[in-house]
Amino acid sequence: MAGNRGRGRSQFTFNVDTLRFGRGDSLPTSAHTPSPLFPPMQFRPVPLHTGEEVDYMLALKQELRASSKNLPFHIKAARTKTDVARYSDKYQNGEPKYNCIEWSPDWSRMPKELCIKVQKTRKTGAKPQLTQKPKVAARKEEVLQKLETLEKREQEQHSEEEEDEEKKKQNEEEEEEPDEDYDEEELEDETDYIISYFDNGEDFGADSDDNMDEAVC
Amino acid sequence: MTTQEVRLCGLLLQEHFGNVVEKVGTHLIRSGVLTLRALAHETKLPLDLVKKSLCVLVQHGMCTFGAGRRGPAGPVEYRINCEHVFHMLRYPRYIYTAKSLYGDTGELIVEEILQRGHMTMSSTVKTVADRLTHNMPEGQSMDYSEVVSVFSQLVETHFLQRCPPLASAGSSSSGAVDTPLPVATQPTEPESHPDCYKLPYINLTGQLLQSKHSSHTKKLFSGQPLCGDDDGIYWQVNFQRFHLHFRDQAIISAVSCKLDQSSSEIVRTMLRMSEVTTPAHAAFTQALSANEIFRALLSSYNIARPILDQYLSLLVDDPMEFVGKTGDSGGGMYVVNLHRALANLARATLESVVQERFGSRSARIFRLLLRKRHLEQKQVEDFAMIPAKEAKDMLYKLLSENLVQLQEIPKTPDYAPSRTFYLYTVNQLPTARLLLQHCYKTVGNLIERRLYETKENKRLLEKSQRIEAILASLQATGAEAAQLTEVEEMITVPERQQLESLRHHINKLDSSENQVDETIFLLKSYINSTQASR
Repeated sequence: MAGNRGRGRSQFTFNVDTLRFGRGDSLPTSAHTPSPLFPPMQFRPVPLHTGEEVDYMLALKQELRASSKNLPFHIKAARTKTDVARYSDKYQNGEPKYNCIEWSPDWSRMPKELCIKVQKTRKTGAKPQLTQKPKVAARKEEVLQKLETLEKREQEQHSEEEEDEEKKKQNEEEEEEPDEDYDEEELEDETDYIISYFDNGEDFGADSDDNMDEAVC
Repeated sequence: MTTQEVRLCGLLLQEHFGNVVEKVGTHLIRSGVLTLRALAHETKLPLDLVKKSLCVLVQHGMCTFGAGRRGPAGPVEYRINCEHVFHMLRYPRYIYTAKSLYGDTGELIVEEILQRGHMTMSSTVKTVADRLTHNMPEGQSMDYSEVVSVFSQLVETHFLQRCPPLASAGSSSSGAVDTPLPVATQPTEPESHPDCYKLPYINLTGQLLQSKHSSHTKKLFSGQPLCGDDDGIYWQVNFQRFHLHFRDQAIISAVSCKLDQSSSEIVRTMLRMSEVTTPAHAAFTQALSANEIFRALLSSYNIARPILDQYLSLLVDDPMEFVGKTGDSGGGMYVVNLHRALANLARATLESVVQERFGSRSARIFRLLLRKRHLEQKQVEDFAMIPAKEAKDMLYKLLSENLVQLQEIPKTPDYAPSRTFYLYTVNQLPTARLLLQHCYKTVGNLIERRLYETKENKRLLEKSQRIEAILASLQATGAEAAQLTEVEEMITVPERQQLESLRHHINKLDSSENQVDETIFLLKSYINSTQASR
């Protein structure tokens, strides 16, 4: 201890021979920094297994990863609003809602407190077809109406009233079917702007040229 | 749960179920047991999102719930089953095994059930038949009865099992008495249910027909459509059975590497015969007589009776101790030593890891210490026949990596260093655990690197996907070759090379994950088997 320092200064308490270095030798340098993150390897690693089995399992793994993103079990959080609330947000596609679940589990196997409303899957087949015809007719009528207002200025007030009535009827239809495609919003609103005016530009170049609703600069 | 295990669970959950479920899952693993309100409060997520995530986890069997500490009257508590999350790493192996045993139909059945957690028999059969019919050429279709027969085979060999019934609180399905929720600490074992492997009777005659005329495949039913007679009976994959199968495969391949093909066939026959009679964590199989083995051997192996006896005595005498002799009746009673085989396989894994990382001489020292248990430094140098200086270096390196431990034996009550023996030793079980944690860390690193590579090249990947979509649509509408080449040229040559190297890297990382998972399986089986035998 402290008392022995003067007397047995050059004595070591353990058998020095086992450590294989003499008294005069310099000790190995102490490390001043943490060990490197990627230390150089002394031996190269053995190559991976190859073969038909390995390739098949690799393909399976990548397929499973891709397909699990499309299953309803993959829950995405809502996109946080970046800076300002934009007018175009109103016309964006429906983002995943929190309060409904996209698949129907067996609620008897789950605790009651986890029960959430099951979102009815949008039937893209039957429904829009039925409502498409009156809508198409309504669209044509509205176009004709607009032409009439332009041509006959004297009857302007009268035809505007007619337009308002039709739009109100369409609004009533809207409220009954909240899950329609958003094409209806073109007709619903009183603005003259068309939908692609508010486009984010994400679909630029990918849409076909047949879309007549494209905003022409 | 160790840090590495929690990190790996988080990465796996994120890959399959997204960020929200990952956040909920990792928090629940770290906290142990939580109620719904506490979980929502601590993760600061909206309550509905937490509910959805818990639904997903319960559906896949990764989360269990039960009456909490306050008894049945209190709120329900949830806990995560980490082992189940790690099984997600092994899904490709399960699916490939099902394919090799039961063909494409079996592969698709197992894949569907794995992806959905648990399903009823009728919905599985219907989905699988649909998928098979889509892949078949026009006009052919898959009969439901074929799928049902493969499903029954999977259940008979115990690869699929019924989900255990819940004594659900609140629902009066179990009759007049409201049975309380099971205590969260004791999950009901699926095998404790007597009807675990009983197939329900469903009325399934029919098949999907593809109409040849219309461009969309209209589905017509011939015969009776599926009816849901088996509502409420859910089937899940029996992971334990798959693991037993993998263990058997490992033993058989080890025997064929060490000895030869015929002895591996004999061991395969012995294991097959004792498949159903041996409990899961048994140390050895039931005793089989040589006569029985001879009768059960397939004639294609062409092994005569005296040759079989010679092979059996060879197997018994082998130092790896795969097969042991327990008696002489019936031509000799033989068992397969499962626990010892697993221990030897784990030991071989440890030795090969040391060899590949530190060189063959360090591996020699490691093997020496495994065999001789405790050795002084001088003795190590002598037995390993390595010069003193190098032996000292290697020993200290292994010591710093924690693969070798130092045991002090004092001669005097004060631990004076000059009067103490310092012995080097290797303990197989703690070293196996250490290596298992290294493996978890490795897989976590591989996944993170893959995510990083994908993120770095996101723009390029998106561009190539868009161009492929454009090409596909152009080809569908029958464009000229000039247009196609024009579109293909939108990706420049260096970009193409970059894409190619990216694909190569991702394939390598994925393949490495699969291979590390094999090591994880081996080490985990050894650790479980040792703990069960204690």
